[in-house]
Amino acid sequence: MQDKIFRTLLIVSAILIPLICGGIIYSLSSDASEAFGHFGFWHFIFSDDWVTTSGKESYGALPFITGTLLTTLLALLICIPFSLPVALFTGEYFRGKKIAAILSTITDLLAGIPSIIYGLWGFYALRGIFMHLQLSPQGSGILTAAFVLAIMIVPYAASLSSEFIKMVPADLKEGAYGLGATRAEVIRRIIFPTAGSGIFSAYILAIGRALGETMTVTMLIGNTNQMPETLRTTGNTMASIIANQFGEADGLKLSSLIAIGLLLFLITAVINMVGKILIRRAQHV
Amino acid sequence: MKTKDKNLEFRILKNRLLYVTVCVLSALTAVPLIAILGEVLIKGWDQLGWSFITEATPNAYKALTAMANGESVPGGIANGIVGTFLMLLLAAVVAIPVGILCGICLSEYRGNWFATIVSYLTDLLQGTPSIIIGIITYIWIVVPTKGYSGYAGSVALFIMMLPLIIRSTEETMKILPETLKEAGLGLGGSYWRVMLKVMLPASFGSIFTGILLAISRVVGETAPLMFTTLGSAVISWNMSRPMSAVPLLIWEFFNDPNLQSLIWGASLFLLTFVLCLNLLAKRIAKKWKI
Repeated sequence: MQDKIFRTLLIVSAILIPLICGGIIYSLSSDASEAFGHFGFWHFIFSDDWVTTSGKESYGALPFITGTLLTTLLALLICIPFSLPVALFTGEYFRGKKIAAILSTITDLLAGIPSIIYGLWGFYALRGIFMHLQLSPQGSGILTAAFVLAIMIVPYAASLSSEFIKMVPADLKEGAYGLGATRAEVIRRIIFPTAGSGIFSAYILAIGRALGETMTVTMLIGNTNQMPETLRTTGNTMASIIANQFGEADGLKLSSLIAIGLLLFLITAVINMVGKILIRRAQHV
Repeated sequence: MKTKDKNLEFRILKNRLLYVTVCVLSALTAVPLIAILGEVLIKGWDQLGWSFITEATPNAYKALTAMANGESVPGGIANGIVGTFLMLLLAAVVAIPVGILCGICLSEYRGNWFATIVSYLTDLLQGTPSIIIGIITYIWIVVPTKGYSGYAGSVALFIMMLPLIIRSTEETMKILPETLKEAGLGLGGSYWRVMLKVMLPASFGSIFTGILLAISRVVGETAPLMFTTLGSAVISWNMSRPMSAVPLLIWEFFNDPNLQSLIWGASLFLLTFVLCLNLLAKRIAKKWKI
């Protein structure tokens, strides 16, 4: 009898998760339907209007989708040359040594810093440097936001990649060493091909993190609602426009912001699912 | 013969080059951490004090007069600390048992279609951007109750914590030896007793680590609180009214030029709390390793 109650309790608590996920999709879609109905689904996605004057209201998501994709891809590009060495450092060169443990503690702490503090640091410390180097006229903009985002996703990409590098069978590596390969050659010809799919999925998950990052980007991207022309100009991402304007929005604008939220949710959901499926596959090889 | 030597030299050189590059770039990764810690510590150290954590945030007028008189801005972040504490407490009290039960369920029924789906959906929820959690809590709680409240903030934090706790429970339960459960059942223990009195205590260390990490992850979240609990300038213990939270205060200070001098003290407080939780979790994980 008690067993039955316990098993029911287990199932009930597990049902909560599909309920929440389904509820998120349902609520976002039903609240976004006003905007989609008013502008048309594709028109909403491909329009770059953001007119808030009442009577002539017109909203489109394209500048924000572009901003999100630009910051994320740029962050990924900046992140790779740092996260890959860290993964090799902790997973191969100094595996199991004290110094590797220290480095992974450092990256863990980096992962633990709240995003609002990254934003503050970027705004007060990094922005001046960017202006000084003339990388961007006001210091804030897509480039600045992407740079800080890159620092934020290095720990995720590095620790996952390192796990996969550690999983490369020792006999494969020993075989290569036996044939006279140098360590660099073992890394290039044995570790990367074997752990490649795992490392790839680690970066997919890092992209998933960067897509939805809100506070840091909101503080650093400059918050302008036009299409970004170059990487040095200001812009807005899907998350930052919501953070900026949701508080005072109502009616059609609120619905448009929720529609952007729905799109963001769907994009991150797809990216995360692809990443997880690839990871599960890589782990079972 | 000579060309071969050259070839070998080149390979050795490449090998060295890669080694040095890896070391240098890895070392560079520590720079942001040191820079952030340094910045927050240097600018925030003077502000931290007893009154900073016991007094509420001053209003803009008070801050302005203090600045005009050349005094430092009075007040602190006590309203944020109380709010963060209450909301986090409520979220954790609900999320921990539910998350643990769900985690047990996922590991017990692994391979089953239902558990597989729930497992994927847990990942989905974990990857959901925090701003979306904010919107959804706004739609679910704030709109029907017609007001921002501490409860709404708590619900947002609960949704963020749940998948983290489920994951850590599930992963831990999966690596416990099957024989442990069989031994318990073989001694005549009923299923629920074996699960709660044998399996759960055996995995206590790493589930506890998971809980600490989950708390440290959500304590610094700003985005889900902006549209749910709004913020409050006075110390409030009433969760059905708007409340403040430490990260929310940092966001307010960032946007209000009069209060900007409080920003670093609040950041130092939050950062110290989060990093200590992280280090503590790491220690416990090491000590209680299964």
